[in-house]
This record gives sequence, C-alpha cells and structure tokens, in this order.
Amino acid sequence: MDKVVFLFLRRMRKPLLILIGAYTVAGLGMILIPGEDPQGNPWRMDIFHALYFLSYTATTIGFGELPHPFNAAQRMWVMGSIYLTVVAWLYAIGKILSLIQDPAFNQALRTQSFERAVGRICDPFYIVCGYGDTGSMLVKALVHRGHGAVVLDWNGERINDLELADLQVHVPGLRGDAALSSNLVACGLYHPCCRGVVAVTDNDETNLKIAITGKLLNERLPVICRAHNAATRENMLSFGADHVVNPFDAFGERLALALRSPGLYLLHEWLTSVPGTPLPLPVDPPRGHWVIVGFGRLGQSVRRGLLAQGLTTVVVEHDAGRARCDGPCIQGRGTEADVLREAGIEHAAGLVAGTDRDSHNLSCLMTARDLNPDLFVVARQNQRDNQALFRAASPDLLMRPGEMIAEAILAHLSTPLLARFLALARHRDQDWADALIARIGGITGEVVPEVWMIRIDPDGAPALVTLLEERSVTLGALLEAGQRRHSGSDCVALMWMRGEEVVLTPEAECPLATEDRLLLCSRPRVADRFRQLLQDTRALRYLVTGESRPEGLLWHRLARHGRGGASNTAE
Amino acid sequence: MSLEKVVFGFFIILALTLNFGFVLGQFYYPEHHNTYELLAVILVNLVATVLKFGDRTQTGALLLASSLVADLQLLTAAVVWGYAAQVHAQGVDMTMMATIVSLAAGALLANVVSAVLVIIDTVNLRR
Repeated sequence: MDKVVFLFLRRMRKPLLILIGAYTVAGLGMILIPGEDPQGNPWRMDIFHALYFLSYTATTIGFGELPHPFNAAQRMWVMGSIYLTVVAWLYAIGKILSLIQDPAFNQALRTQSFERAVGRICDPFYIVCGYGDTGSMLVKALVHRGHGAVVLDWNGERINDLELADLQVHVPGLRGDAALSSNLVACGLYHPCCRGVVAVTDNDETNLKIAITGKLLNERLPVICRAHNAATRENMLSFGADHVVNPFDAFGERLALALRSPGLYLLHEWLTSVPGTPLPLPVDPPRGHWVIVGFGRLGQSVRRGLLAQGLTTVVVEHDAGRARCDGPCIQGRGTEADVLREAGIEHAAGLVAGTDRDSHNLSCLMTARDLNPDLFVVARQNQRDNQALFRAASPDLLMRPGEMIAEAILAHLSTPLLARFLALARHRDQDWADALIARIGGITGEVVPEVWMIRIDPDGAPALVTLLEERSVTLGALLEAGQRRHSGSDCVALMWMRGEEVVLTPEAECPLATEDRLLLCSRPRVADRFRQLLQDTRALRYLVTGESRPEGLLWHRLARHGRGGASNTAE
Repeated sequence: MSLEKVVFGFFIILALTLNFGFVLGQFYYPEHHNTYELLAVILVNLVATVLKFGDRTQTGALLLASSLVADLQLLTAAVVWGYAAQVHAQGVDMTMMATIVSLAAGALLANVVSAVLVIIDTVNLRR
C-alpha cells in the first residue's frame, strides 16, 4: 500500500482509539442507567437509541432528549459524556488538521503525486536535473517541440516556479537532491518512455554524479551534461556521458568561427536557435587588436580562439593570481578609462567584457565605447534578470552561458544528426555556407527554421517504404510531393546518410532507399505535416506518381482482377 | 515481553472469544444471542483494527485485511439487528436472527484467521 496511507493510519491510531473508548464509555452509561417513559414505566435505552443519541450529541448537533425526556441521573451522565466525546472529536480533528499541515506528510503526498504523474507518462520524455536559467529554458523549448520533461531540483522555490510556468503540458517536478540515485529513479530513470538525462545543475560535482548514476543504472539512455571545467568534462566523458557542454569553450570556438567565416557562423546560429523565434542577425567581428577584460574561463577560451585566427590580444584582469598569461597582460578592473587606454582601446578593433559580474561588464562596455565608438563589443551576461540592461547597452555580440547551454543541448537532443552536420559543415568554405543560407532564408522568412530528421524505415515512413518497393523515388520528388500537399511546406535537405556514407546538401536527383536517413530544415510545424504524409501510402503515391490506386482489401482485389482481365483480353 | 504485544494479543484473542460466545447457541433462537455481547464484539474488533494500523509488513497487511472483514460482517449484523428491532414489523424473529448469526459466524472465521496469523508470526520470530 502507499506510503501516505500508512503514514496517515499510523498517526491516526491514537485519536481513533480515544474516540472508540469515549463512545464506549458514554454509550454504556446511557444503556445502563434506568429511566422512565412519559407514563412513568421503567425504561432503558437500547443500543440503537444510545448510538443515535451519542451521534448527534458528540458532534454538537443536539436534537434534544430522545426518545423520552431524561431523568436527573441520565442528565448527569449525559453532561459528562458530552465533555468526553466532544473533546475526543476535537482531538481527532485537530490531529487530522495538524497531519495535513505536517511538512513530512506534505512531502510524502507531493512525492506520491509526482510518482503517479511520472508513471502515467506515455510519451517520450527527458529528465532535466536543475531548473535554473538553463533548465527552465530547456524545459520550455522541449515542451514546445512536443517532448515531455520531468524536472528534479533541490530548491523548492524553483519547483514552485515550474508549477506556475506557462507550459502547454504538465511537467512533473520533484524537489530533491539530484546527486541521489533514488531521486533519479523516482524521476523515471527506468521508465520505458525515458529518452535521456540532462544534467544542468550549477554544480559540476552534482552533474558528474548524475552522469555516473544515469550510465550505471540505465546504460541505453543518453546523458548530456553541463561542465564548467575541463577536468570534470574529461571525467564525465570517461564515464560515457554522450555529450558534455562547456559554454565557455563553445563560445570561444564560435567567436573564432565568426571571425573565420561569418556565413558558417550564421548557419550555425540559425540551425541551433529555438524554432519560431526571430532569425539571429549576421555579425562580422573585425580583425585587428582585441582587448579581453576578465581572464576567467571565458576570457581564456576566447583568447585561444582569437590567437588561433592570428589576432593580437591584451588581457585585463583584476585578480593578480589569474593575470598570469604568456602574452601582454595588465592588472586592473577594466572599468577605468586609464587601464583601458593602457590596453590600447583607442586603436583596438574589438573588446570582450567577460567577467562573471554583470555590473563590471556593463560598466566596462560603456567606458570603452566612450573611448572608441567604433569598437566591436562582445559582452557576457551572467544573470537573466539583467536582460533589459544588456539590450539597452546593445553589444555587438552577447554571450549568455545559460542560453548557449540550452541551445546546444536542444540541438543534440532533438536531432542528434544536427551535431554531426554542424561538425562536418565547419570544414566547408564560405561560398557553400552563403549558398545554403540563401536557400534556407528563402523558405523560412523571418523566423528560425526547424531542423528535423526522417528515417526511411517501416516505423518512421511506412508509406515511403511501400512506395520504394514499387518504384524508385528521388529526394527531389519526395520534397516536391510534400510541397504539393500543403503549400509553404518547402524543405531544404541538409544531409543524407546511408550507413556511414554522408552527403551534405544532397542534390534533388539523389535516389532514396530504405534505411536512409535525411536531415531536413523547414518552417516550424512543417515536420508534423510531412510525417503525416509519410504515413499515408495512398496520398504519397498519388503525389509522387499521379496514380490513384484503390485502398482496402476488396477494392484492391477488384482492381487487380480488373487489370488482370484487361491484360488477358489484350493477349 | 512488551506491554504493547500483550495489549495487541489481548484484543485479538478477546475479539475471537467474544465472537465465538455470541455465535454459540441454537442458531436461530433470539433468546440464545445477546445484543450486548454483539456490541462488545464490535467494539473490541474496532479497537483491534485500529491497533493493526500502520504495519507495513506482509503479515501486517493480512492482519489488517482480516480485521476489516470482521468489522464489515459485524457492522452489517448490527445494522440488520437495528433494522429488525426498530423497523421490522415482526421484530427480531427467527429469520432475522439467522441472518445476524450467520454474519457474525463469518466474522468469527476472519477472527480465527487473525489469531492464527498472530500465532504464526510469533512462532516465526527468532530471538
């Protein structure tokens, strides 16, 4: 039986015993004391009437002296039993009320309803550990894309935030330590619909523990972690974590990418942003001298990227212990004009304001702009609440660790092929990227496109598999069929895979076969319509071949008979 | 020896003996069955049920279940008696009495199960 019921029964043992005892004593007295009926005959209350009388007296309803008026002895006894039974009732009710307000009982109740909610889930879902900035963004985007989520966080307020959040579906949340394996199991680690574990708490050690638990207890589940330091990252990967996101390293690499090839950078941004949001604008960071304020994790990563592109850098760092680097370095906050001047801000091309304090970053940004209005400014925003300030300051490139992690994880979860595509795309040139951006821009308009995958197998695309058994279908014919079904359903094929064979941006003539995988990009919500089409053999056949063939066993037979008859007569 | 065990055993055995005493006698003669004895059986059974609350073991669950069965049967018997005495035109006649006693006899079986379970549990207890 449930834990809650047991807890309730155990706590109610004493009040119930007292209630039974009070009723027994009061009732026995009523039965035993002799009374008279209105004619003066001796009369004794029977069990039924004693219970009836007690029921309305003990609950303070009080109908009066039934069935006959009492004598003095009975009244004396009734007086005593009223105090006895009413107090017993009050005690029992008080116990129930205090039990309902008891934190332990409440926690048990909440845990139970959470476990029930998790047990009822019958759609694919992800376990998200940590519901801070990153976690909340991630859950919102997952729900938006039609995935389920279960949240685990040690902070009760964040779980309350989750309950108040405006999500389309119910996302169960549990308050508990994510480092404990029992909590992860309660979140559905063994659930058949669980598709993965995402560890985005702000503590590297907890994330590591989640990765270990996830991999040891359920090996088939992908585990994606956030790591802030290289040692933890290595450790996580050694435990088999499928993907480790380090926002600072990722940002350094992306800034380097933007310097090397703005087109590839933009392609990367378009494909990994949240679908349906406005398209990110292109950025073009200038080459030249860069000033890096703050030499923490971000500063170091950015400097590596800039140096790899052959640019010169000056580091400004307040902490003397950190300020040791092999290049030019100045000790100072970076918010004072003279320190920035010393770093050569007046002739610099770019500035990175990358300390872990938003006020420093903003102040540094404003001071530097005063000294050099043409400066290309990269700013790091640590707190989500400061969004309005950073928007007003309008740096050329904004680095938000929380959002970057969420986007990277989403790209990995929703379409694992996308990560592979992006890795391969990095080796392509600027012209290829520009051409692809032009094609994608042509179909999506102003919003971020959705990236999705088709696996040509009996589960993912039964209609296409049936059709491929009859005739060959090219990629172009398939995409055209989708477009004919619903206008505005244009898709751009990003990648085609057969086994280990990979082709980026395949041509329209590319023939399809079963077990092929396609990575496509289109306007949001086109994917659902397209997947529907891939289930409907009749519609797909008509759209690809123009042939309308009867469905159903009877019509099928008749048609075959008719065709057979026709060919017989021809012979 | 703990007082808790004594009280627990006392109520379970008392429920069984009282129940047996009530059922004893010519099946359908109202004169052979005392209403106060039925009241005592019900009260003792209720106390025994509450004492069994909150035990999470398998035996505990079975004990609680048998007690709940006995309660259900006895309370039904009491309701039938109340109906017969207060509402029924013929009063507590032989038909009614037969129903009451057969219900109480069912409760007796449940109480026997309870007692047997307690004995098994005690015998299995290794010190």
